[in-house]
Amino acid sequence: MILLDRVTKKYNKNAQALEKISLHVEPKEFVIIVGASGAGKSTILKLLTREEKPTTGKIIVGGLDYSTLKDREIPILRRKIGVVFQDFKLLPNRTVFENVAFALEIVGVGNKEIDHTVPRVLDIVGLKGKEKRMPRELSGGELQRVAIARAIVRQPRILIADEPTGNLDPKHAWDVIRVLEKINRYGTTVILTTHNQEIVNKLKRRVITIKDGRIASDKASGEYHS
Amino acid sequence: MRIRHNLIIFRRIIKAGILNFIRNAWLGLAAIAVMVITLTIILFSIIANSTFNYTITQITDKIDISVYLKDSVGVKDRDQLIEDLENLDSVKEVNYVSKDEALERYKEQNKGNLDLLLAISQTDNPLPASLQLKPTDPNNIEPIRQFLESEEIKELQSDETSYSGDRKTAIDKITNATSFIGRAGVVGVLVFAFISMLIIFNTIQMAIFNRRSELTIMRLLGASTNYIRGPFIVESVLYGIVSGVISIAIVNVLFSVSAKAFGASSLGILDIEFANVYFADNFWRFLGLQLGVGILIGSISALIATRRYLKFKTSK
Repeated sequence: MILLDRVTKKYNKNAQALEKISLHVEPKEFVIIVGASGAGKSTILKLLTREEKPTTGKIIVGGLDYSTLKDREIPILRRKIGVVFQDFKLLPNRTVFENVAFALEIVGVGNKEIDHTVPRVLDIVGLKGKEKRMPRELSGGELQRVAIARAIVRQPRILIADEPTGNLDPKHAWDVIRVLEKINRYGTTVILTTHNQEIVNKLKRRVITIKDGRIASDKASGEYHS
Repeated sequence: MRIRHNLIIFRRIIKAGILNFIRNAWLGLAAIAVMVITLTIILFSIIANSTFNYTITQITDKIDISVYLKDSVGVKDRDQLIEDLENLDSVKEVNYVSKDEALERYKEQNKGNLDLLLAISQTDNPLPASLQLKPTDPNNIEPIRQFLESEEIKELQSDETSYSGDRKTAIDKITNATSFIGRAGVVGVLVFAFISMLIIFNTIQMAIFNRRSELTIMRLLGASTNYIRGPFIVESVLYGIVSGVISIAIVNVLFSVSAKAFGASSLGILDIEFANVYFADNFWRFLGLQLGVGILIGSISALIATRRYLKFKTSK
């Protein structure tokens, strides 16, 4: 599903964000990428969504080789991957429903289908009945679940979540993690970055530890000690 | 399926463009104002140009040369002269006006003056027969003049040839004015079209800046470049359409006001009545032109602005 082969990313001559990262993620896997701030977690995700290009190395996602990807094909790639951003990236002047519908609108899904799909996805993330709320009326955890709903509404095969629990208290953080587990059970590959030890250690999933731009460890059912 | 999908996308782009247009109304005001000026200048240049050309034709048509013949000139000499004149390249047409016809015309022209008519009827016909010449090119009657001035031809003439030549200077003046106004129009249009483009360009740049976070989100969610760009182009095209309509409305009002004010008369060398009729006759064509030029200016500047400010390249 996802393959990184000796991927190196330099932002400039002195700062090396990633050095020769190689990893392989199977379909339907739940992978947690951990590491201290600045270790390179976010860079890996940005490479996957093509917000950044690798300096060297090969990236293949869902059969798409990024080295042959043209700029105008990036939208097609991004439609196959659902992304949950640390800062939510919701539209402040649109309702919960509209924010989720937005992901469908921009790819040309019909209104009928939008009206049918969005409530079901909001139900999955536990936001039933809050369709008409504005983002400013919601808690951090709820906002993050709107972002997740938007990321999965197009039923992507891969869901990338960048520190989705970063700004949340433990209760809300767990709400978000439960939703991600549920989505994973439905068959979506989930890649999650976090530095929340408690969550990582309780989940008992594959854990990849990044340190100074390199993979320090990669263990099935791993743990994280910073 | 594909068509339906594209139709949905197209409809959403149009809708978003109209929304942007409404939201940006104040920002767009400057763009619309300067575009109205541009389009109005274009329209006025066209109408003024046609009106001048019309005036020139009108005056040119009236230019003729009268050759007055002595009563002693016989039929043979007269026909020979007509033939010779007709053979000149610079003569378009020769009309013979006999003494009787000349008298008839004179009487007709002085219908109201009974004393004059009485005086004429008491004498022999004092008017000479004449040849009315129409030159091929009113600006070049020198060859005709040379021919008529030659000794043997001069012999046949009772009076000095009348050239109604003073009109030529008037025509020259109008022709010069027309070409000057034409050139000034082109320069004005170019300058204002450029300013319009700059202002629309800036308006779109501002709009992009105001909505940058939304555009980033769209981009991250996989919206295509055209989907992001489309609404800005729709917005600019709307500026063009609104400006075209306003411009033609302004010109329309000006014409109806001027028609009333001047009683549809001539204003110097500008024939207001002709301009008015010309505008009315070509109204739909002008509207089409205004909309066309407005849309063109709008879409070109939006295309450049979006290309410039919606950077989608991934950094390496």
